[in-house]
Amino acid sequence: MESIAGRKSALVWAVHISVLALVLLWVVPTFGLLVSSFRTGDQIASSGWWSALSTQEQSLSPIRVEGDEVQKDGAYVIEGTLFPRGASTVSAWGTSSRAIDAYVPGDTAELGDGQSLTLDDKGNYVLTSPTSLEGTRLPRIFATASQPPEFTLNNYQTVLFGQTTGTSIGRAFLNTATVSIPATIIPILIAAFAAYALAWMNFPGRALLVAAVVGLLVVPLQLALIPLLQFHNWIGIGKGYLGIWMAHTGFGLPLAIYLLRNYMVGLPRDIIENARVDGATEFQIFTRIILPLSFPALASFAIFQFLWTWNDLLVALVFLGTGDSQLVLTAALVNLLGSRGGDWEILAASAFVSIAVPLFVFFAMQKYLVRGLLAGSVK
Amino acid sequence: MADLKLTHVEKAYGEVKILKDINLDIKQGELIVFVGPSGCGKSTLLRMIAGLESITSGVLEIDGQRMNDVPPAERGIAMVFQSYALYPHMTVRDNMAFSLKIARKSPEEIDKAITRAAEILQLTPYLDRLPKALSGGQRQRVAIGRAIVRDPKVYLFDEPLSNLDAALRVATRIEIAQLKENMPESTMIYVTHDQVEAMTLASRIVVLTVGEGIGQVGTPLELYERPENEFVAQFIGSPAMNLLDGEIVQTGAETVVQIDGGGLARSTVPTESGDKGLKVRAGIRPEDFIPTDSDAIFSGEVEITEALGEVTQLYFRRNGSDHGLIAKLPGIHANLRRTTVSLTAAPEKVHLFHNGRSLLYR
Repeated sequence: MESIAGRKSALVWAVHISVLALVLLWVVPTFGLLVSSFRTGDQIASSGWWSALSTQEQSLSPIRVEGDEVQKDGAYVIEGTLFPRGASTVSAWGTSSRAIDAYVPGDTAELGDGQSLTLDDKGNYVLTSPTSLEGTRLPRIFATASQPPEFTLNNYQTVLFGQTTGTSIGRAFLNTATVSIPATIIPILIAAFAAYALAWMNFPGRALLVAAVVGLLVVPLQLALIPLLQFHNWIGIGKGYLGIWMAHTGFGLPLAIYLLRNYMVGLPRDIIENARVDGATEFQIFTRIILPLSFPALASFAIFQFLWTWNDLLVALVFLGTGDSQLVLTAALVNLLGSRGGDWEILAASAFVSIAVPLFVFFAMQKYLVRGLLAGSVK
Repeated sequence: MADLKLTHVEKAYGEVKILKDINLDIKQGELIVFVGPSGCGKSTLLRMIAGLESITSGVLEIDGQRMNDVPPAERGIAMVFQSYALYPHMTVRDNMAFSLKIARKSPEEIDKAITRAAEILQLTPYLDRLPKALSGGQRQRVAIGRAIVRDPKVYLFDEPLSNLDAALRVATRIEIAQLKENMPESTMIYVTHDQVEAMTLASRIVVLTVGEGIGQVGTPLELYERPENEFVAQFIGSPAMNLLDGEIVQTGAETVVQIDGGGLARSTVPTESGDKGLKVRAGIRPEDFIPTDSDAIFSGEVEITEALGEVTQLYFRRNGSDHGLIAKLPGIHANLRRTTVSLTAAPEKVHLFHNGRSLLYR
C-alpha cells in the first residue's frame, strides 16, 4: 500500500515538474519579447530584458555638444545637458572614443585651442572657448551613465502607425485579419452541415464518405499548393483574398468535418429521435438541437483554424500577392527581418503584435479548446 | 386518445426476425404494458408504433388509419424515453414548448398547455430551470410533461422508470398510475422489464417471447392465474413458477399427476379419458406450496433458506433435474435449512402443461 502511494506521488511530482518546465519554456521567451518591445534600441543593445527594471550603468552613444553660444566674461560659452529628461547620473566621461572614461564628473577637459569642457554628474556641460564657436565642429561627449528604468510605447507607435515603408505592420495586421476571419467561418459553416449529415442522416455511401474524409486528413498540404494555384489561375480567381479563403477552407475542412462528426455522433440518439417525434424537420433538428449542443466542438475547431490561418505563412505566400494590400503579418515579419534585422526593438514589437491576437484567443477560449480536444473520447 | 391496431406486424433485420406475427387490438383508454425478456423486441415494437423504426411487414393502424409510412410527428403519438431525452440547453419551459413551437401554435396556446402540464406534474416552480439542475424524478416528470402538452392520441413510454433509484421508482410509478387515472380516456403503451410495474399499472399485459411473437395478452391477474403457456407462467411471478415433470394417472374434472421422483399432484384442470398416460408438467408457484405431513407432491432437503421477513424462500435440489425447486412460505423459517420438508398445493393452484402449452387452453 505504501509503495503504491509512494510511486503515485513520484509520478505526480514528475508531472508537476514537466508542466513547470513547459510553462517556463514558453513563458520566459514570450515575456522577454514583451519586455523588449517596450525598451529602446539602446537599452536592448546594452543589457538584457531581465535588467529592464533596475538602474543600469551603460556607455551612451556619443552625444554632440549643441546649443547657442553666449558671451560671458570675454569668452564664448555653450551650456546644455546630455539628458533633457533628466534622472541619469554620469559616472565617467571622455571626449574621444579611445578614452571614454578619461574624466570623472566635475573634471574639466582641455580640448586645445584654449577650449575647455566641463561635465557635472547630472549631465550638464559647459563648453568655453576664447574664440567664437560659430561654424566649427563641436566636440562629442562619450558618457558612461546610470539610467533609471525606462519604458516606451514608441516602438508600437512606429510599427503600428509609422509611415516609414517597411516598418509599419498595421496594414499587414488588417490583411491577416481579412484572411483569418472568413477562413475560419466558411469551413465551420460547411463542416457543420456535412458533419450532421455524416453523423445522423442515413444515405448510401455514408461510411465511404467518412473514410474519404479521414483519408484526406493525412494528405500533406504542400502537395496541393501548386496544382491548386494553377486551378485558381485557370478559373480566373488568380492571387487574392477569395483564393486564399477557398484554399484555407479546403485545407481545413477534413479536420473540421472529422472533429465535428465525432462530436455529433456522441450526442444522445434519444434526443434527436425525440425531436423527430416532436415534429422537427432535419433542418430544425440541426439548427435548434445539434448546433447549440455542438458549441464546444465548434468553438474548439474555430480556435484551431483561426490560430492556424493567423500564423500561416506558406499558404499566404502562394495564394496572395506581395503588395501592401495583400501582405500578411507573417510575411511582413519576414520582410522586417531582412530590412530591419538589427532593430530589435522594432522586431520585438512587431512579433508581439503578431502573437497578441492568438494569445488573446487562446486565453479567452481555452476551456473550449480542452473540451473540444476531449470530444468523443470521454463520455 | 384512440384505438390502435397491429395486424401481422413483423420486424426483421436482414434474415433475423425480431418480431413475428404481432396481432394486437388496443382500445381507447387502455394502458397496455409490453413485458418480456431482454432481446424480445418490446422496445423495437414501441419504436415501430412511434415511427422510429420501419415496419417490415403487416399493418399499423391508429384510429383506423394506416400509419406504416406516416412520419412520427403526424401519428398523433408522444414518446417518453428511458433516458428522458430532455434538450439539455433548454429550460423546462422550452423543453415542453418545443413541439408546440414547431407546430406553430400561438404563444397563448403554448402557455396554457405548459401551465396545465406543469400543474398536473407539480413542475411549476421548476419551469425556468435547465434539466441539469433537476433531480432524476423531476427530469422524468418533465419528459412526461413534454408528452402531455402535445395532447397525443397515444402515449408511448419506453422503460421510463429504469433510470431511477428504487424508492423514486415506486413513487413515480404511483404518479404514473394517478396520471392515467386523471386522463382516463388516453391510450398508453408502456414498455418495461419490471414485473411489478407491469402488474400494477397495466389494464392489459402483452408478454413478448424471444422470436416467437406474443406469448399471451391479458389482464395481470389472467396472466398470473391462467397462463397460456410455460413461458408466460415462468415469466410472470417472482420467483418463477416451478415445473415438475410427471404423467397423468387419473383424468376427469380433477386430474391426478404422478410426479417423477415425487408424489401425486391433484389439479382442477379438467382432462379427458384419452389423456391418461400423457406426459405433462405440473406448474406450481413457489408461494402456492404448503408444508404438509402426508400426501406430499414433493419432499426434499432444504439447501438454502432466504428469510425476507414477511416470507422465507426455500431452495431444494431435485434429483435428475437441472432446475431446483423454490418454495415461498409466509413467516420466518430460517431453521429449516438442511432439514427435509414435504410440500403440497391446493388443486386449483396446480397448472398443467403439455408441450409447453397449458391444458386449460386447448
